[in-house]
Amino acid sequence: MGVRSWFEGWPVYRQLTGTDPLGRGAAAKSDGSRALTARTDTADSMARSVCPYCAVGCGQRVFVKDGQVSQIEGDPDSPISRGRLCPKGAASKSLVTSPLRQTMVRYRRPYGTEWEDLDLDTALNMIADRVLAARDETWEDVDAEGRPLNRTLGISSLGGATLDNEENYLIKKLFTAMGALQIENQARI
Amino acid sequence: MAEAHPVGFQWVMEAKRRGAKVFHVDPRFTRTSALADSYLPIRAGTDIALLGGVVRYILDNELDFREYVVAYTNAATIVTEEYADTEDMHGLFSGFNDDNATYDQASWRYEGHSQNRTTRDSETQRETAAGLENESHGAPVGGETERDETLQHPRCVYQILKRHFARYTPEMVERVCGIPQEKFFELARAWTENSGRDRTGMLVYSVGWTQHSVGVQYIRTGAIIQLLLGNVGRPGGGVMALRGHASIQGSTDIPTLFNLLPGYLPMPHHANHPTLDEWVNSIAHPGQKGFWGNARTYGVNLLKAYWGDAATADNDYCYGYMPRMTGDHGTYQQVLDMIDGKIKGYFLLGQNPAVGSAHGRAQRLGMANLDWLVVRDLFMIESATFWQNAPEIETGEIVPERCRTEVFFLPAASHVEKEGTFTQTQRLLQWREKAVEPPGDARSELWFFYHLGRVIRERLATSTKPRDRALLDLAWDYPTHGPTAEPSAEAVLREINGYDVATGRPLASFTEMKDDGTTVGGCWIYTGVYADGVNQAARRKPGSEQSLVAPEWGWAWPANRRILYNRASADPDGNPWSERKRYVWWDADKSEWTGYDVPDFEKTKPPSYRPAHDASGVAGIAGDDPFILQGDGKGWLYAPTGVLDGPMPTHYEPVESPVRNPLYRQQANPTRKVYTHPINTLNPSPPQEHSQVFPYVFTVSRLTEHHTAGGMSRTVSPLAELQPEMFVEVSPELAALRGLSHLGWAHLVTSRAAVEAKVLVTDRVTPLRVDGRIIHQLWLPYHFGYEGLVTGDSANDLFGITLDPNVLIQESKVGTCDVRPGPRPRGQDLVDLVIDYRRRSGNLVHRYPPMVTTDVADSSSDQEA
Repeated sequence: MGVRSWFEGWPVYRQLTGTDPLGRGAAAKSDGSRALTARTDTADSMARSVCPYCAVGCGQRVFVKDGQVSQIEGDPDSPISRGRLCPKGAASKSLVTSPLRQTMVRYRRPYGTEWEDLDLDTALNMIADRVLAARDETWEDVDAEGRPLNRTLGISSLGGATLDNEENYLIKKLFTAMGALQIENQARI
Repeated sequence: MAEAHPVGFQWVMEAKRRGAKVFHVDPRFTRTSALADSYLPIRAGTDIALLGGVVRYILDNELDFREYVVAYTNAATIVTEEYADTEDMHGLFSGFNDDNATYDQASWRYEGHSQNRTTRDSETQRETAAGLENESHGAPVGGETERDETLQHPRCVYQILKRHFARYTPEMVERVCGIPQEKFFELARAWTENSGRDRTGMLVYSVGWTQHSVGVQYIRTGAIIQLLLGNVGRPGGGVMALRGHASIQGSTDIPTLFNLLPGYLPMPHHANHPTLDEWVNSIAHPGQKGFWGNARTYGVNLLKAYWGDAATADNDYCYGYMPRMTGDHGTYQQVLDMIDGKIKGYFLLGQNPAVGSAHGRAQRLGMANLDWLVVRDLFMIESATFWQNAPEIETGEIVPERCRTEVFFLPAASHVEKEGTFTQTQRLLQWREKAVEPPGDARSELWFFYHLGRVIRERLATSTKPRDRALLDLAWDYPTHGPTAEPSAEAVLREINGYDVATGRPLASFTEMKDDGTTVGGCWIYTGVYADGVNQAARRKPGSEQSLVAPEWGWAWPANRRILYNRASADPDGNPWSERKRYVWWDADKSEWTGYDVPDFEKTKPPSYRPAHDASGVAGIAGDDPFILQGDGKGWLYAPTGVLDGPMPTHYEPVESPVRNPLYRQQANPTRKVYTHPINTLNPSPPQEHSQVFPYVFTVSRLTEHHTAGGMSRTVSPLAELQPEMFVEVSPELAALRGLSHLGWAHLVTSRAAVEAKVLVTDRVTPLRVDGRIIHQLWLPYHFGYEGLVTGDSANDLFGITLDPNVLIQESKVGTCDVRPGPRPRGQDLVDLVIDYRRRSGNLVHRYPPMVTTDVADSSSDQEA
C-alpha cells in the first residue's frame, strides 16, 4: 500500500473530501465492510411467506442459499405490515433453523423411561394400527333409540392454529370419515 | 396491542398521528398504555360493567346515531310482553330453568312471532357450543317484525336496552371496575364525539376477551356500542378481534372443532339432525330471510367434496356417513374423560395443552392415562415429555415405570417448508410459498394426514363392515409430488373453493353452487379463492401500488370483501353518510352498488327494493337492510334468540371473585358450563364462605417476546434470551402487604396448584378501590413450562375449568389466589400445601359455587334499590 492510498483510505480524509460529511456511510467503510454483501443479495431464491406467530399476518421474504434458509425479512410490499416484523417475526430464521428442532421420529414405549428411535414409515403404520383398533373397540353404531351415531369417542385430537387451511381441511375430512368426533383446535381455547 | 400485535399497532399509531384519540383499558399498564392518550386500569373480569356504562351514557344523553340506529338495527323492533329483564329479577332474565341452568328463550322473542326457530333446546345448544355457528350468520329469527320507528314503544328494543342498562351509572362503573368517574367520562365522551356521519370509532380487543365465563357477552356489549354509534360496516369502524395465532381464523372457518363443519355448518346432532333434510332445514329455516336460505346447497356441496362420486341424490349425498354429536365433546370434556380412562388415543398437532390449556395438571394426568399419544411438533414440547419431566413426576403423581401411555413424537415441517394458506385476523387468506424441504423425518400435516388416510384405506380395502364405507368411499385422490410424496396443497385449495363436476371449472362464487350434485365445494365461504383457476390468495400486488383497501393482496372471505356489511357505509337511500366516510354506495346511473370494496349486497338490488310479504331467502332482504346474514336484516342490539346467557349482556362476576356482585344478587353467569369432577376444584366466591382464603385477583397475558405455550419461542435463542424467566408483577402495596421483595421469589396458590415466579414489584399493576375496599391484582405471563431453553412454572396450572356457555371457551383470564413469599415447596410438601388451602376454604371437592344466588340478599345495590 502506497502512502497516497493509505492516506486516502483514512476515514477522516474521506469524510472531509468525499460525499459523506457526517461520516455515517461511505466514509466509514473499511476494507472489511466494503467486501461484505447482504445475505439477501447472494441468496439463490426467495419465497413469499407469512409470519407464523400471531394473526396479524405480516409478510415475510424467506431467502435461501444452498438449500438452507439464510435470512427471513419483512416483506415491504405487504399492505398489512409494510416490511416490519416484531421480535418474534424477526426471530423466524432462528425458529426454523434452531438446533433444538427435532428432525427424527422418537418413540416412548408403554412404561418406558427413555426415548427410542423409530422409522417414519413404521411409525405411520403403527399409528394406523392403533387408530383402527381404538375405533373398533369404541365404535357406536346407534343410540339407545336406534338413531345413527356412526362414531368413536375413543380418539381425540387437539390442533394448533398455525396449521394451514388445507391441512385443517384434510384433518377434518379424514377424521369425520373415520367417525372420530372429538377433533378440537386452539380456536376452542 | 403494542405488546402482542406490535406490527398491527403501527396502524393505531398512524391513526393517532392523524388525530385519533387512543384509549387503553387493561388490568396492567403496558407499552400500549404508554402510547395511548389515556389509560384506564380495570379489575379483571368487569368489562361488561364498563362498556354497559358507555351504553347507558349513549342512551341517557341520546348520543346514538339515530338515523343509522332506526334503519339498520333492531332498536325499533317490539318484543313480546312475556319478556322480563334482569332489572326486575335480581340479575336473571325471564325463562330461567333451575333444573339444568339454562334459559327457555321463548319469552325473549319478537312481538308477533309464535316461537323462535331454533330446533335445539338451550341445553343442547350449550353442550354443542352452538353459538360458534353464528360466526358467519345470525341466529334464526323470522323476518316480519313489528316496529315503532319513533322508538317510544315501551317494549321496543331501544327502550328495553335503556331500562336494562339504567343501573350501569358512572358511580357503578367506579364501584365495580375500580375506574375513577372522570376517566370513565373521558372515554365515553371521546367515543361518542368521534362517531357519527363524519367520524367512526373502532373497538379493538385481543382474544383474552373470549376467555371468560361471559366472553361472548363481552363482545356483544362492544357490538351494541358500535351499532348505537353507527360504527359497523363503515371504514374505520367495527369490532376488531386481534386473534393470536397465524391461522386461528382459518381454524374456525375450516374448523377442526367437534361441533362444526367447514363454513360454519353444524356437525349433525343425533336427535335433531337424523336426516339430510332435517340437517339443512335446521340451518336454512325455510321461509327465513337472508343468504342462509341456501343452506342445502352449502351442505350438499360439502358432502360431494367429502364423498365424491359416491355421493348422489339417491343416497342423500352420503349424509348417513356423518358421525353424530350427542352432547359436549369439547377439549375439556375430553381431558376429564382421559383421566377417567374413556379415551384411548390422542393426537396433538402443533399444540401444547400441558402448558397452554387451563388446569395443566388435569391435562398432564389425562395424557398419562392414554393407550397412545401422537405429538407432531417442531420441538420436544412439554406435552411430549409429561411422562419424563412433568411437575407430577416430582410429586409422585406420574411414575414413568407405571405410566402406560405410548408416545409417538413425529417432527413437523415449519411454515417455510410447506405451502398453503393462513387466514389472518381480518379473514384474509395469504398463500405461503415453500422455501426449502423439511429436514429429516419432518413432514407437513398435509403429508401426515393424507398418508395416514391412504394407509388406513389400504388396510380396509377388503372390509365389508358398513362402518368402513365412509372411509372407503372418501374422495382421497390428491396428487402428490417430490421425494416424500407431498400432497398438492393447491389441489386441496381447489377442492375447498369448489368446482363444476362435469367440466372441472373452479367456481367463482358460492352463488354458482348447485344443490343437485353437479358442483362440489369444501367450504362455501371460501369459494372464489380459486376463481378462474388462479390462486387468489397468492396475489402479491404491492400495497404501494393499490388503494388503501388493497383488494389485490391475498383474498378475503366472503368474495374478497374487506369490510363486512359494508352496505351500512351508505345511508338508507344508498348515498355515503359523508364524503369523509365514503366507502360503498349506490350508483343510480348504472343501477348498481359500487365503491372501494366489493359491496356486501346484491349488486343490482336498489335501496328502494322492498320484499313481498312472503318473500324468503335473499329476496326477503330489503334494499336498506345491510345485515344480510341476519333473519331480519338488522344489526342486533338485542338478541331475541341464540345467545344462551341472555338477550343483552349483564355484568356477572368471574366464577372466582373476591367480590359480591355489586350490580345484582346473581353473582356469576347462571348458565356457565360447569364440570363437576374431583380434579376440577374451584375457589369459593361470595356469597359462599371462605372466599378470603384466596383474596387476590390474578390475570395472565402475553409477552412480546414469547408466543402462547412457548413451543415456538422458549426454544428460540434470541427470544429466550430476551425473556428468560417466569415472573409475576405485583404492586408495591401488595409487596409490602405480603412481604414480597423485588427480584425475590413468590408463589401463587389456588385450589388446583401452586406456581412460583420471580417477583417484579412495579406500578404497572395498581391496587383498585372496588365496592369500598382495596382489590389487589397480580399479573403473570403464561408462556413458561419445563422444556426449552428457558423454563419456569406454568401460569395456566393455576386455573380451574369453567366455560362460557355459548362457545365452550374456558375462563382463563381471571381467577383468585393467595400469594406467599419464597419459592414453592417441592414434592409431597407441594401437594400438602394445596390440600391445606382446599381444606381451609371448605373441602372443595364436590362443592361448587351455586349457579343461582338471587335468594342471597347481601348485595348492597339491592338494598339501595
